[in-house]
Amino acid sequence: MNTLTLGMRRGGLEIRAFFRETDSLVFSFLFPLVMLAIFSVAFGNGQSISTGPDGAGDSISFAHYYLPNMLASGLILSSLQTLGIAIAQEREDGTLKRLRGTPLPAVSYFLGKIVLVLVCSVAQAILLLLFAKFAFDVPLPDDVTHWARLVWVFLLGSATGTVLGIAISSLPRSGKAATGVVLPIVLVLQFISGVFFPFFNLPTWLQIIASVFPLRWMAQGMRSALLPESLVVLEPAGTWELGMGAVVMTVWLVLGLLLCRYTFRWIRADQR
Amino acid sequence: MTNQENATVAVTIRGLIKRYGDRAVVNGLDLTIHTGEVFAILGPNGAGKTVTVEILEGYRKRDGGEVAVLGVDPEHADNQWRARIGIVAQTATDAAELTVDEIIRNFAGYYPNSRDPDEVVEVVGLVEKRSTRIRKLSGGQRRRVDVALGIIGTPELLFLDEPTTGFDPAARRQFWELIRTLQQDGTTIILTTHYLDEVEQLADRVAVIADGQLLDLNTPQLIGGKENRHPQVRYTDRNGAQQTISTNRPSQTLRELLAEYDGEVADLELVRPTLEDVYLKMIATAASTTESLEVR
Repeated sequence: MNTLTLGMRRGGLEIRAFFRETDSLVFSFLFPLVMLAIFSVAFGNGQSISTGPDGAGDSISFAHYYLPNMLASGLILSSLQTLGIAIAQEREDGTLKRLRGTPLPAVSYFLGKIVLVLVCSVAQAILLLLFAKFAFDVPLPDDVTHWARLVWVFLLGSATGTVLGIAISSLPRSGKAATGVVLPIVLVLQFISGVFFPFFNLPTWLQIIASVFPLRWMAQGMRSALLPESLVVLEPAGTWELGMGAVVMTVWLVLGLLLCRYTFRWIRADQR
Repeated sequence: MTNQENATVAVTIRGLIKRYGDRAVVNGLDLTIHTGEVFAILGPNGAGKTVTVEILEGYRKRDGGEVAVLGVDPEHADNQWRARIGIVAQTATDAAELTVDEIIRNFAGYYPNSRDPDEVVEVVGLVEKRSTRIRKLSGGQRRRVDVALGIIGTPELLFLDEPTTGFDPAARRQFWELIRTLQQDGTTIILTTHYLDEVEQLADRVAVIADGQLLDLNTPQLIGGKENRHPQVRYTDRNGAQQTISTNRPSQTLRELLAEYDGEVADLELVRPTLEDVYLKMIATAASTTESLEVR
């Protein structure tokens, strides 16, 4: 079998294993859905997010505002968090060592992971969009421009998250430590990137720190796709800054690839 | 090395050295393993067995010496080489959420010349568990999955590291049959184990390793040398103390003993040392030699 076919078959296996494991299902796949429900219900109480002071100007519901942010959250959870933890555990439990002793091409292994991330994040995004639309009456875009934005932010974002997940899996010293290392990083990123709190509410210095990392730009890109254009005034620059977002995500993508290239190990350090 | 020699040699190890810090865990090991033989490696924990085997498997890098496995240096091995070997390593807990069938079928796809997955499931005795998730298997059943994944690619050379840990006696015998079948098909097998009866049953030759060096290399029947294999006359003497006399002339010893005692000699037995006795004696001798060297 060729590298591509083997990669697809690895992907099938990965997906099966993923959805059978309750931990990963709850903490990365369903988490954004749960958070969207909580934010919408908790803050939703007749309130809204508006462009002017005290509800003046254009306004949208909390569910509407949080939908793009939860899409960005799902993107980072399904890629960076899932892979960062899973691969560290695979290094511990012997998966990687066993595969290294077979003729499976390394590329096929990574293809399998990419398939897993794509299937999970696409399914998650569709669920989020449907959930927001039918449970909270969030209007979805009706033009190609906005859907195209969603698609490219989604693709570039998951590519970046995937390579960063593979790279970060080398950080924990053991499989057991993986959750403890990866989870806080992702959590802090979400807090400072405007995923949990509206980005415009964060102090400027924190906005600047967040701008170094890709999640801020994924969230802003998603907002550019799903929020009314008038809401752009709430962004720090007063524009969606899509060009800047693409640049930051691409830089992290390349950085992640380089990190993978030089730090990825099949065998644990104490077993070499 | 001539071509003819090449065809009959599966593994060559010359002056192998592996250090961790300034401790050499493998210290100048030489071994030649022939094609088609079952070769057992014995040694106490920490003797360098697993490290040696993992160097052969391409997992670990060496610090000195030459190694050729199926004519290839494992440090620079490619996937073509990996298709020719099979590995049953120690303690893997992977693929917990997959079923026996799923993982075996998936692995079958990795090899150019794989066995029929159904057949493999059958020979390792997992037919009834084929749809069970690996997480729910017992230790011994899990180990059989490892064995199945080791042989699915029809390897020329199979590494078995403690393969029968957790097996019940019936499963072990079934496993031995499998190994004999593989050997008849021409598979070279490198076996590390703590079960000496397994070595007696399966191995053509045994290497005993201690402190990263070869202590002895021979058939299971001859390993350890004559002195360690002398029969033992055991009895309880008049003072109630247990006595053991190692002798290469047991009839003579018995005659003298019977002449000395009137009537029954208490607890009298004539015992031929098992491989385990021989092995333990070798290891004890090696350890005391090392100690006395260290004292000096």
